[in-house]
Amino acid sequence: MLKITNLKVELEEESKEILKGINLEIESGSVHAIMGPNGSGKSTLSYVLSGKKGYKVTNGEVELAGEPILELEPEERAASGLFLAFQYPVEIPGVGNMTFLRTAMNSQRKFRGEAELSAADFLKLVREKAKELKIDAEMLKRPVNVGFSGGEKKRNEILQMALLEPKMCVLDETDSGLDVDAMKLVADGVNALRDKGRSFLVITHYQRLLDHIKPDFVHIMADGRIIKSGGPELALQVENNGYSDLLAEVQ
Amino acid sequence: MTSLEANDSVKDGVDQETVEAVRNVGGHYKYGWETEIEMDYAPKGLDSDIVRLISAKNNEPEWMTNWRLDAFSRWEKMEEPNWAMVDYPKIDYQDIYYYASPKSMAEKPKSLDDVDPKLLETYKKLGIPLKEQLILAGVEGAEEANLDERKVAVDAVFDSVSIGTTFKDELRKAGVIFCSISEAITDYPELVKKYLGSVVPVTDNYFATLNSAVFSDGSFVYIPEGVRCPMELSTYFRINAENTGQFERTLIIAEKGSYVSYLEGCTAPKRDTNQLHAAIVELVILEDAEVKYSTVQNWYPGDENGLGGIYNFVTKRADCRGDRSKVMWTQVETGSAVTWKYPSCILRGNESQGEFYSIAIANNFQQADTGTKMIHLGKNTKSRIVSKGISAGNAQNTYRGLVTMHPKATSSRNYTQCDSLLIGNKCGAHTVPYIEVKNNSSRVEHEATTSKVDDDQLFYCRQRGVNEEDAVALVVNGFCKEVLQALPMEFAMEAQQLVAISLEGSVG
Repeated sequence: MLKITNLKVELEEESKEILKGINLEIESGSVHAIMGPNGSGKSTLSYVLSGKKGYKVTNGEVELAGEPILELEPEERAASGLFLAFQYPVEIPGVGNMTFLRTAMNSQRKFRGEAELSAADFLKLVREKAKELKIDAEMLKRPVNVGFSGGEKKRNEILQMALLEPKMCVLDETDSGLDVDAMKLVADGVNALRDKGRSFLVITHYQRLLDHIKPDFVHIMADGRIIKSGGPELALQVENNGYSDLLAEVQ
Repeated sequence: MTSLEANDSVKDGVDQETVEAVRNVGGHYKYGWETEIEMDYAPKGLDSDIVRLISAKNNEPEWMTNWRLDAFSRWEKMEEPNWAMVDYPKIDYQDIYYYASPKSMAEKPKSLDDVDPKLLETYKKLGIPLKEQLILAGVEGAEEANLDERKVAVDAVFDSVSIGTTFKDELRKAGVIFCSISEAITDYPELVKKYLGSVVPVTDNYFATLNSAVFSDGSFVYIPEGVRCPMELSTYFRINAENTGQFERTLIIAEKGSYVSYLEGCTAPKRDTNQLHAAIVELVILEDAEVKYSTVQNWYPGDENGLGGIYNFVTKRADCRGDRSKVMWTQVETGSAVTWKYPSCILRGNESQGEFYSIAIANNFQQADTGTKMIHLGKNTKSRIVSKGISAGNAQNTYRGLVTMHPKATSSRNYTQCDSLLIGNKCGAHTVPYIEVKNNSSRVEHEATTSKVDDDQLFYCRQRGVNEEDAVALVVNGFCKEVLQALPMEFAMEAQQLVAISLEGSVG
């Protein structure tokens, strides 16, 4: 589904290398987790994948379902099935959540040459999805993320994911700022969306999210590289011993 | 006074491409075409003979001619104001045509059926067909919104003359007078004599005095006591002729307990030269009456290099003369090279209320200096100001407002909210609020914010599949929401699209 080959990335403003040759292949339907200490380049990877400005790719390639995506605009990557659940979902005052979701959905459909959904059909769909994810309809009427609690913001991300039905979901520290109950709700939402046609890349500091979203593979990232890959047991090792052992091992 | 230049203290939210993209805007103004039609012009320039000529063209009675001549002699002694934050080359008032009328209008058409088809076609192309139909056609989404029951009467003003007015008969049955001001001067001289210039005095300001001397047409509305106007009324102003000023005058009188909602729209062809538009709107609102006045101003704004565009110097004022009278101004200002406009409320009656909702968008080299005045004279009067200024490109956008509580305006309240949004880093937003409180039982609140459309918001939208221009439109429409909601349904949808069009190309 997603294939990253020797990806090297610098900050645009200063020639500081953040990603120093990432290789990663994610099969269709699988869940990969990336863990790593602060400053290891985890969030940068999610931004580069989704096409945020401010980064310069100096080497490597990224393919989504066999197609290179690094030359595409963010909205084109989105329409091709890439979704990023933000660590800090952005507030858009005055824009109703419903309007935002409908605009996003129809933009993607238009891009793919599909018919736009009517207001009525969209309403039906969004209500259905919200119900499945146990999201209060009230949240749909409020402006995008404005005045939302940390948990509500993250659940709103999952709702968007459910509606847009992406092929490749990148979750950037979705557990940050959540208490245990909120985290469980979010994880349940993600688990409900697991499907053989959909892959996940879960970026997190802590093992605890991975108790709820069980990964098939775990990668440890440090200083812009993946230093170790393994199964779910690798996450437990980090939980018990921290990153220092792993870092020492590599050096 | 707070002033904020985008390029100094605000964090740079939109990258360099923005500026370049802004330079490439242009060609998006939908109404820039012109109608080829034979015109009658008064000779260029202005003197008392021109004033007499305009009066004669309208077959005006002598009192009106004298009123104009008086205004002209006062104007000659006045100086053009320069306190606004707008910068434009000196206007040569002798290099302008003050009267231009299609030749086919020399003989006033008896009904819309007699109007020159070229003129009818012009309005049709603008989306304002002069037919008595149920809804304003050309407003996309109008059908969706189930507006079947709503009617809008239109007075169409083309350069210096009114072409025609729809639904006149139906309105007359309700007692409502809706006609051009030139007709009103002939047909309802008593009303005109009583109210013309009673809200905006002849010597109010330079441009108002000029208008008083040379105004050629405009709309007149009279709503009798206790009548709720059965439909929305609207005037559509079109400047077509080159080097010609448009000086229209609108007078609305709402008698005791009456209600009317009035809409105003305006466009002009694309030209390299600047054109002057100096209008006056006077609203007289008596006891328990209510007037809603909405404007979507879309005069040609000039090109991406600041060439051409309308100079828009407008005086609009409502006089809430009666107790419990109400006025609501809503304006969406997207056009004009220079805008100088302060729709104001004189809250004379006790418990009278004034509201002002404004969206002012300035892109490229547009300059807008706009706001309102809330003059509280009566007891327990209330006013509310919501101003949303959006600047992009190299534009400068100033909110200028006055709130004054007179000694007798006890227990009165004002709330002002003034938000500015910047797109790119070469534009400026300025807020100049004047507040005068002369009693100690009134309360005045002022809130102001300045923000930027930042990359994070745009990236969030784009990651969800929305392209950059739509993302800007989405964010800006969200910013303007409170004001858009104050507009009548037909205009709200049009305005929303206009907001998007005005900002096309403002990001990279």
